[in-house]
Formats: sequence, structure tokens, C-alpha cells
Amino acid sequence: MESRSLAPAVRRGYLLVSTLLALGVGCNRRLATERLQPAPGPKSFPVTIREPKKLTSIESGGTNAKVQEMRVACKTCHSMRAGAAPPTSVEALQAFHQGLTFRHGPLECASCHDPAAPSARIRLASGKSLPLADALELCGQCHGPQLRDFHAGAHGGMTGYWDLSRGPRERNHCVDCHDPHAPRYVGGQPVHQPRDRFLSPAHAPALPPAQETPHG
Amino acid sequence: MVEPVKRRVALKVLGATLGAGAFAEAMAPLRSWAKDLTLDQFLQNNYRELDEAALAEVIKRHEAETLREHGREVHIGDYRPIEGVSFGYALNLSLCVGCRKCAEACHHENNHDRATNNSYIRVLEMDQGTFDLERGNATYDHPVPSPGKYYLPVQCQQCDNPPCVSVCPVQATWKEKDGIVVVDYDWCIGCRYCEAACPYHARRFNWQKPQISADEINPDQGYLSNRLRPQGVVEKCTFCLHRTRQGKLPACQEACPTGARVFGNLLDPDSEIRNVLATKRIFVLKEELGTRPRFFYFFDK
Repeated sequence: MESRSLAPAVRRGYLLVSTLLALGVGCNRRLATERLQPAPGPKSFPVTIREPKKLTSIESGGTNAKVQEMRVACKTCHSMRAGAAPPTSVEALQAFHQGLTFRHGPLECASCHDPAAPSARIRLASGKSLPLADALELCGQCHGPQLRDFHAGAHGGMTGYWDLSRGPRERNHCVDCHDPHAPRYVGGQPVHQPRDRFLSPAHAPALPPAQETPHG
Repeated sequence: MVEPVKRRVALKVLGATLGAGAFAEAMAPLRSWAKDLTLDQFLQNNYRELDEAALAEVIKRHEAETLREHGREVHIGDYRPIEGVSFGYALNLSLCVGCRKCAEACHHENNHDRATNNSYIRVLEMDQGTFDLERGNATYDHPVPSPGKYYLPVQCQQCDNPPCVSVCPVQATWKEKDGIVVVDYDWCIGCRYCEAACPYHARRFNWQKPQISADEINPDQGYLSNRLRPQGVVEKCTFCLHRTRQGKLPACQEACPTGARVFGNLLDPDSEIRNVLATKRIFVLKEELGTRPRFFYFFDK
């Protein structure tokens, strides 16, 4: 008795399920999330290092009417006369070179500059002369860990592509951030002060005084 | 002869009138809501339930809306994960000088609200020898690096066990195949559970519709990343997926002048990020919570 009354309901159920299945199979719609981009190909694009800006002028030590520091182009003098071989230390420099700041350890001019062509070439400790743009190798003579990290991509800013199969990458040169004559990285005023009201000191949570830890 | 209105009837009529009035008033938000919301928007499904055709429609609607409301023509792309790519990020705390250029780049790249200077990156100024994130100062305003301090930029750690994803009551946020945790801004109900669950303060809530002038809008947008967000939804760092899923470096890395940031594919054994993981003494923030971040920090001096 009971099974007879259930039968039509069961039949209807089957019908519904099969209809839904047919619809589902018929649609065969592809969700956007099922798509993936193909894997990166071979690294075909190059990593280039920026050409360092050549020093073309030096501080004159004087200021102009607007109290701005004045610089003198090297050419002003050196177009007329060849530079003499560089002296041992910056203090011994004469005339306009007096304004040149030097804070780079106990190095002498000729530690890096090639005395034969001081404004165009550099010289490694081995005596090998290199064009100015190849300074990376020169710096790496003393700053080995930095050069190692630079080559590993873990020192120095970069722009472009992480995926070299899609585009090139450009690396900063040492001297983009470090003035070779005063290489300490110059800090400055930070940019982009947050204005989130929850970060202001007035909203800062009251914290108990810092505890001394075993690590001090 | 007019029969006087009975007290009971009068009360009933008064009650019914007041009830109808109150009901209409209670429904008012719904009416104004219906005004801003088209039927298409109301019926729109979760991103993960949209097929390609439906998604294309939704994107077209969003682009038209941006043009109408902000006066800027933008391109919203649907950038999908790349096969064989799993993203990782590392940061050298010995190099970071706290200049906040990364936070600024994030602000511009991701079309953040101009008034609040919002950014997905918070740079904490920390006393050397301490590691309590709650004591970090995010609003420092003096020349950096300051003696005795170090700088700890914190953004979404793209955890492999993300608490923000498990608390979401509507599955508006999830982890994608390349490790990036994303938000469907059209599905988020703004409950802010995820914001509370995140141990890194990495999520931001849009209290207001982000205000940004047309000429400052970055027109290269991703559906799951930097497209203009509506009011009342949560947003977060997406490792700039509209850039990185096209092979580009994230905006914060390009802006970093010191090279403290290292980004790349964890599945490529020759990548920069793998080199850092293999050769530096790396650590993650709040490891004890078991969130398994894929953002790594290290000191190397």
C-alpha cells in the first residue's frame, strides 16, 4: 500500500535528477578559475645593468645669487689642458678639485683611477685597466659579499620582469646609489606618511613597559 | 445619522497607519539600495562561479561604471595564475632604510584612497634588538635611517594557511594556485572578520568609497587586484597580480632603492628568491601561529 503511493514520487525524482544531469552535461561551461596561463618559457630576455652616470662637473665651493651650490663642468678646464696624474690623496688636489668630498676609507686616487687616463678609465688592483662603466668588478675587489648578492639578485634595486621569458630586467649600478667618493648610502626624509586615523599616536593602544628578555 | 466611531476601531486604524508608516520607513534603505544596484549586479555570482562569458560581461560593466563615475577609461584584466609558478617574497632588513618608497608605490599602483594615504604596506620603525610588532611605529616622521632603529615593512604574507580565508563567512576571499590570497570585491559583505583574523594587520577596510581623481587613476587594472573598490569591502595586497601574472615585478620592488626586496618563483630552482632561501638565514613573522607565510625576512650583517 505504502510503496504504491511512493512510486510516482520516486519516478518524478528520477526524472528530475536525469534532467539536471542532462542540463549539466549539456552546458559544459568552463569556469574562469579553471584557466591557467602556460608555464614560463626559456629565459630569453637579458638582464642589463644601468650605465653609470659619468661625473661631468664638480662642486666649486661657491654659491650663486640664489644661495644654490655652484658646480663647474670638468670641460671648463680640461678641454684646454690635459689633467695631470692624480696625486695620492684628495687633500693634495689643487684648484677646483678642492670641493671634492672624499669619505671612502684610506684609498688613494690611483687605487681606483687609472693614472694614465684618470677621468676615463679605472684600474683594478691587478693593474688591469677597465672602462669607467665596468666599475662593478672594481668595487667587488673589496665589497665581495655585496657583489655576490648583487649577482644573486639580492642587492641593488631593479625594474622590469621577474619572468625573463616575458621581458627584460634592468639592474641599478653600484654608483646609482653609492657615490664612489663618499659611498655611504645617504638616507633622507621618508615619503608617504600614513594618514590612517587608527595609526595616530592618540589611538595607539596602551602597552605595558617592555619586558627585559633573555635576549636583552 | 452617522454612527460615532468606536474607540476600538479608531485605535485599530491608528495602529495600522503607524505600522504601515514604520514598515515603509524600515524599507527605505532597501529602496535606495535598489536604486544603486542593477539587477545584473544583484544577480552577479561569485568570481569562482563565473564562466568566461559571464566574467567578460561583468568586466565590461565595471569598466563602463569607472568611466561613468570617475571619468577615466580603464582596462580591467582577468589575470590567471601561471602554471608552474608559485610566488614568494623576501626582504633584507639589513638593507631597508625605512624610506617608505614601497608604500608610496603601492598607493599609486593600486588606486588607493588619496585622503588616507592608504597603502598595503606599513613600514614599522623598530628599536634594534626588539621584535614586538605592536611596539613598531608606523608614523615616524624624521630622517631615516635613524640610529638605533631598524625598519620592518609589513604587508600581506600570502600565508599558505591563511586565517583570513577560513573566517570568511561567504567565501569572498580565497587562495589561488600561485599562492596569492585574493578578494572578490563584489562578493565581500564587509563583515571584517578577515581583518580581525589577520595577525599581520594586512587587510584594509573601505570605510568610504576610495576617492581618487581621474588623472591619478592607474588604468592598468586587475579584476582581483587594483580595480577601484566599492565602499564597505575589504582589500589587501595581491603581490600586484595584474603585474606579476604578466611576468613583471611588483610595484613595491621596483620602487625599492636599496634592493632589499627579492621577488620570484619559488618553483624555479634558479630564481633569485630560491637563492635567498638557500643562502640567507631567513625567518617569517609570528611563525608560532602556524600561518605558513610566503613572505620571508632576513638580516645579513
